[in-house]
Amino acid sequence: MPIVKSLRAIGHRSVNSVWRLGFAARFLALTLFYSGTSFRRFHLTVKEIFSSGVMSLIIILVAGMFVGMVLGLQGFETLKRYGSESALGSLVALSLVRELGPVLAALLFASRAGSAMTAEIGLMKATEQISAMEMMAVNPIARVVAPRFWAGVISMPLLAAMFSAMGVFGGYVVGVVLIGVDEGSFWSQMQGAVDFQHDVMNGVIKSFVFGVAVTAIALFEGFDAPPTAEGVSGATTRTVVQSSLAILMLDFVLTAFMFRGA
Amino acid sequence: MFEKTVALQAKYAVVIECASRNQCKRSFVSSQSLVEIRDVNFSYDQRPILNGINMSFGKGKVVAVMGGSGCGKTTLLRLIGGALKPTKGEVRIDGQVIHELDMAGLYAMRRKMGMLFQFGALFTDMSVYDNVAFQMREHTDLPEELIHDLVLMKLHAVGLRGTHNLMPAELSGGMARRVALARTVALDPMLILYDEPFAGLDPISLSVVGQLIRKLNDALGATSVVVTHDVQESLKIVDYVYFIAEGVIVAEGTPAEIVASDKPFVHQFVHGEMDGPIPFHYPVANSYAQDLGVSA
Repeated sequence: MPIVKSLRAIGHRSVNSVWRLGFAARFLALTLFYSGTSFRRFHLTVKEIFSSGVMSLIIILVAGMFVGMVLGLQGFETLKRYGSESALGSLVALSLVRELGPVLAALLFASRAGSAMTAEIGLMKATEQISAMEMMAVNPIARVVAPRFWAGVISMPLLAAMFSAMGVFGGYVVGVVLIGVDEGSFWSQMQGAVDFQHDVMNGVIKSFVFGVAVTAIALFEGFDAPPTAEGVSGATTRTVVQSSLAILMLDFVLTAFMFRGA
Repeated sequence: MFEKTVALQAKYAVVIECASRNQCKRSFVSSQSLVEIRDVNFSYDQRPILNGINMSFGKGKVVAVMGGSGCGKTTLLRLIGGALKPTKGEVRIDGQVIHELDMAGLYAMRRKMGMLFQFGALFTDMSVYDNVAFQMREHTDLPEELIHDLVLMKLHAVGLRGTHNLMPAELSGGMARRVALARTVALDPMLILYDEPFAGLDPISLSVVGQLIRKLNDALGATSVVVTHDVQESLKIVDYVYFIAEGVIVAEGTPAEIVASDKPFVHQFVHGEMDGPIPFHYPVANSYAQDLGVSA
């Protein structure tokens, strides 16, 4: 009976998904519970900030620069129709600080650092390093997972801020240096339009939330990966896919709450 | 603190000297059991793995648990390490039922244990030095100078003091296993568990690792459980052997008794015979002729 088989398969998948969601929630709760080590021995977290945050800087800065340049070009072409070229600074800055900075930086972070975290922890599991740690009476959640989690959470807003800063610079280069928009109006319009509390802080909150989501997904997928080459590769793919979808969905929800009617 | 430090250094010095000179007497051998396994059953889901296992590992002894692949040897090791819970029966270590301990109790017990994994399981993001120092830094307040000396002593005992700056990826399989052994005994465990310590080693490394297992056990006064299917090497170094097949103990005895055994299973295993109680052919429903489509 193919219908019964299909129904059974759908039911099996649904039950499995609920189980995994439960495991993921428990995993995140345990990570938070055992986070003390990450702060008591902050050098563990700093080491991870280096590998996930600092090592992502190049891609973040380069991507930020080009996104800003594209914004400058496209924005100028659109604003020119309405004779509002001087508003280019505010368009670039608001687009980056509110949306593109946090979202694109998070997407890049998920692809570069999130996938690396998943692969690293998955391989540690496959090569019995996690089991060895447990047998040495060292809690792997406290020693391996929590420092990486906090490193991701701390790195993400900083990377998003740098992405936005580079984007603004890219917009300036294209708009002011290459196209010839007035420099004074570029910066003054930006200064007048961007509100620190409403725009900058909301962007920071967004990137913080994305940091939690991406890092939690990456770490859980790594920890839950079957200890085989195929298992680790599948987990790495899932990290990138799930993180990207989570970022975009969370962005919609956060935007709806933060900028509704603004 | 200073007295403690000096005492520790003296203790390690004796241990390492003893291990490296190959002159150790068995420092602590008694008939008292450190590990007691009583009537243990274990199943994965509905599939029985171990059935009514009774074993006893005396203090100071090196005991081998042998059997074919998939017979439940590693499961037994994981039961002793508290990573699994038996479906029936109990595993006692130093008088305590391991699977009844809470997390804190289990971790306290594991601090007195060491486990060598099949392929070493060295932390690949740490140097050899940091691998051996790992437990000392995690579980003690020893100053870094003393940890430095202890790490070098441990590495010296396995003949790899010169590798302390290398990364695990720069070591050969045999060297990685020896570094892992140094890490396993970093905190002088009372119980050392070995999961297939001879797997994938060349003859020289195999012999070196075998001798180190014996020497370190005697030098530390520990108890060692060696899960292996390498008959020849393990019979040279162990005091007692258990054979497991299909989840039950099928034979046990001293190495001499095992070699002399006329039990078909033991005979096949020790002499590596192709056919016997463990059949060469995997069970199949149809006859060979039926599968080939020819009439008998």
